Amino acid sequence: MLKIGVFVCWCGSNIAATVDVKQVVEAVKLQQGVVFATDYQYMCSEAGQLIMRNAIEEYKLDGVVICSCSPRMHEATFRKNAERAGLNPFMVEIANIREHCSWIHKDVEEGTIKAIALANAAIAKVKLNAPLISGESGVTKRALVIGGGIAGIQTALDIAEAGFQVDIVEKSPTIGGNMAKLDKTFPTLDCSACILTPKMVDAAANPNIELLTYSEVEKVSGFVGNFKATIRKKARYINTDLCTGCGDCMSKCPSKKGKNEFNCGLNNRPAIYIPFAQAIPNVAVIDPVQCIKITKDKCGLCQTVCSAKAIDYKQQDEIIEREYGAIVAATGYKPIKLDKFDEYGYSQSKDVITSLELERLMNAAGPTGGKLVKPSDGSHPHTITFIQCVGSRDISGRGKCYCSKICCMYTAKHAMLIRDKYPDVNVNVFYIDVRTPGKNYDEFYRRAVEEYNVNYIKGQVGKVYESDGHLVLQASDLLNNEQILVNSDMVVLATAIEADESAKKVASMLTASIDTNNFLTEAHAKLRPVESPTAGIFLSGVCQGPKDIPETVSQASACAAKVIGLLSKAKLVTNPCVAHSDELLCNGCSNCANVCPYGAIGYETKLINDHGIRENRRVAVVNPALCQGCGACTVACPSGAMDLFGFSNSQIMAEVEAICKK
Amino acid sequence: MKKDMELANEVIRISGANPIRCMKCGKCSASCPSFNEMEYAPHKFVDMVVHGRIEELMESKSIFHCLSCFACVERCPRGVEPAKIVEAIRVVKQRQIGENYLDANDIPAIVDEQIPQQALVSAFRKFKK
Repeated sequence: MLKIGVFVCWCGSNIAATVDVKQVVEAVKLQQGVVFATDYQYMCSEAGQLIMRNAIEEYKLDGVVICSCSPRMHEATFRKNAERAGLNPFMVEIANIREHCSWIHKDVEEGTIKAIALANAAIAKVKLNAPLISGESGVTKRALVIGGGIAGIQTALDIAEAGFQVDIVEKSPTIGGNMAKLDKTFPTLDCSACILTPKMVDAAANPNIELLTYSEVEKVSGFVGNFKATIRKKARYINTDLCTGCGDCMSKCPSKKGKNEFNCGLNNRPAIYIPFAQAIPNVAVIDPVQCIKITKDKCGLCQTVCSAKAIDYKQQDEIIEREYGAIVAATGYKPIKLDKFDEYGYSQSKDVITSLELERLMNAAGPTGGKLVKPSDGSHPHTITFIQCVGSRDISGRGKCYCSKICCMYTAKHAMLIRDKYPDVNVNVFYIDVRTPGKNYDEFYRRAVEEYNVNYIKGQVGKVYESDGHLVLQASDLLNNEQILVNSDMVVLATAIEADESAKKVASMLTASIDTNNFLTEAHAKLRPVESPTAGIFLSGVCQGPKDIPETVSQASACAAKVIGLLSKAKLVTNPCVAHSDELLCNGCSNCANVCPYGAIGYETKLINDHGIRENRRVAVVNPALCQGCGACTVACPSGAMDLFGFSNSQIMAEVEAICKK
Repeated sequence: MKKDMELANEVIRISGANPIRCMKCGKCSASCPSFNEMEYAPHKFVDMVVHGRIEELMESKSIFHCLSCFACVERCPRGVEPAKIVEAIRVVKQRQIGENYLDANDIPAIVDEQIPQQALVSAFRKFKK
């Protein structure tokens, strides 16, 4: 006869306010096999864990049921505790009476009935538990970082610094991401290039970092510590070992009509180009859609002028397969498209621009050499008006429901920089709320108002139209309860940001979860903010949610710390709750192998002794090192041969029976 | 106060709009072409409905100065749909002041066999208090 102990946690008032814990204790004592039951305010505390250990020793318990929060929260805690008291950790079951009961119910009587039912189910299950022994798996000492913006660069640098190999896979021809496009950065106004490009150089020079630019991850398989990735290195049509980055090809290329991506399309670039002067790697790339040699087999000028003989029109994509212990998503963001916001006239007037475009117009390395001019005619603007929250905090379906977080600060920065460089220019800012929490942030915004006389107007802009050669904004001035018309030479839209379009694809490849806005979800919003719920997958930068540069860099380093922690381990403890096949029942149909997401199931032809009948049969065999215990095979198996240790069919049926029994 | 909120909830129900979503950005009033004719501008209108001030709105000429151009509905980032709320108050107002377009005594003269009975019943319901 098994001896079961039950421990009911109050979780302070989280459980005890909605569930009568004393009544639960009395009810479970009536269950067959329960020799001890008690309740305690915080079972997870040291005092609570001591109660559990003492009971295991005193009553010689064979199984333990904890009625508490979700097993995702504290299953590991209680298993470890059982081990300390000499009980196999897999003889512990959790009845989730917080998330599944007290948090979602208001009525104490009904909550208590449900808590008792959940406790009884766990008791029924634990009676069928068997002691399990965890196995071990190795860790590949190499990390993959997907995305080469400031987040990916920082994470890679920190991991490399700890002595581990890192590959950065970046889809565009250079690393640097959005930050490379910025002019100056808040709140200290140091220039983005001055603080970013040295990091880019460090990443390129670090012997532990390999840059795979103009490349994309196509497929990922495996599991924590043992991932396999397939990476496509797109053809650059340039031999990167030979190219010196001299730029002779760029000046000779006759096809100069490509939109310059780095300058947000504000000017054009040739078909063969280096994205910008500080690009890493500083080698050219050919746009195969634009190049007339590749599309029409004419021209070939760049090849004749290239003294390094680096140009290869026949270059093909290259497929690389690598193994990794950990993978970091750092896919970043982009500004949203403004085609649903016609009222601002972005598509009608060249002088209506986005904030990122303004960064390029003010940047010394930008299309105007840093001289702020009206894009329409190159003249000097006298009034510039900013509109905040363009597409942010928008639930109408045109924009994004969230606050993009960075716009209040960069708009204050833009306003201040313009007033500083061109004191004759009047600057207006239309705002809904100014949100500037952060060290020295609100002071920064107030400086724009108090020292630089930027005119902040509370209210949104209804429409922007052209009249007599300038732009007119019809807007609310809410504090004066007026509708006002403001003349302006340029309008700058603080455009909402969204997750990069690659995020969704990367998330599904990594089996990492994403939210409705395509931001990757963290394992715990507060306590595990840089890990994905999928083991071995980590999150760095804006792919997890909007954040500015200081926050991105902190998170990137935190992410690196977690990766280093994982890669430092000699062995990983594997989950013993894996699938196994009953060879006598298996009919070799392959259903299980077809549904297995981890490729853990193979087939062998074996001599089977089926009640005296000896024959060769094709049967399923599970590789326990690969199996992650998801249970898909147990559901797909038509003959009931597949079963899961720790979650066997009989255990689940016992739980169902216990819940249904009155 | 309770009665005011009941009336407000009725207006909200009739309109099918959701004024509590308003984040007070003023985009509706920024877009309104008859702003200068309105005693209560659209953003004010939405706020007054949230606070149950329906009777003041019903007494205001603002409800008939709204052009129903729906620019505010189109541009509101929160999907509040101010013009629909104005429309709902217009409907409540018209019902309450009993502006009968049909007088019972006039009916026999205008009725003919082609008019469905249901239309007459509906007209009474709509325009009679």
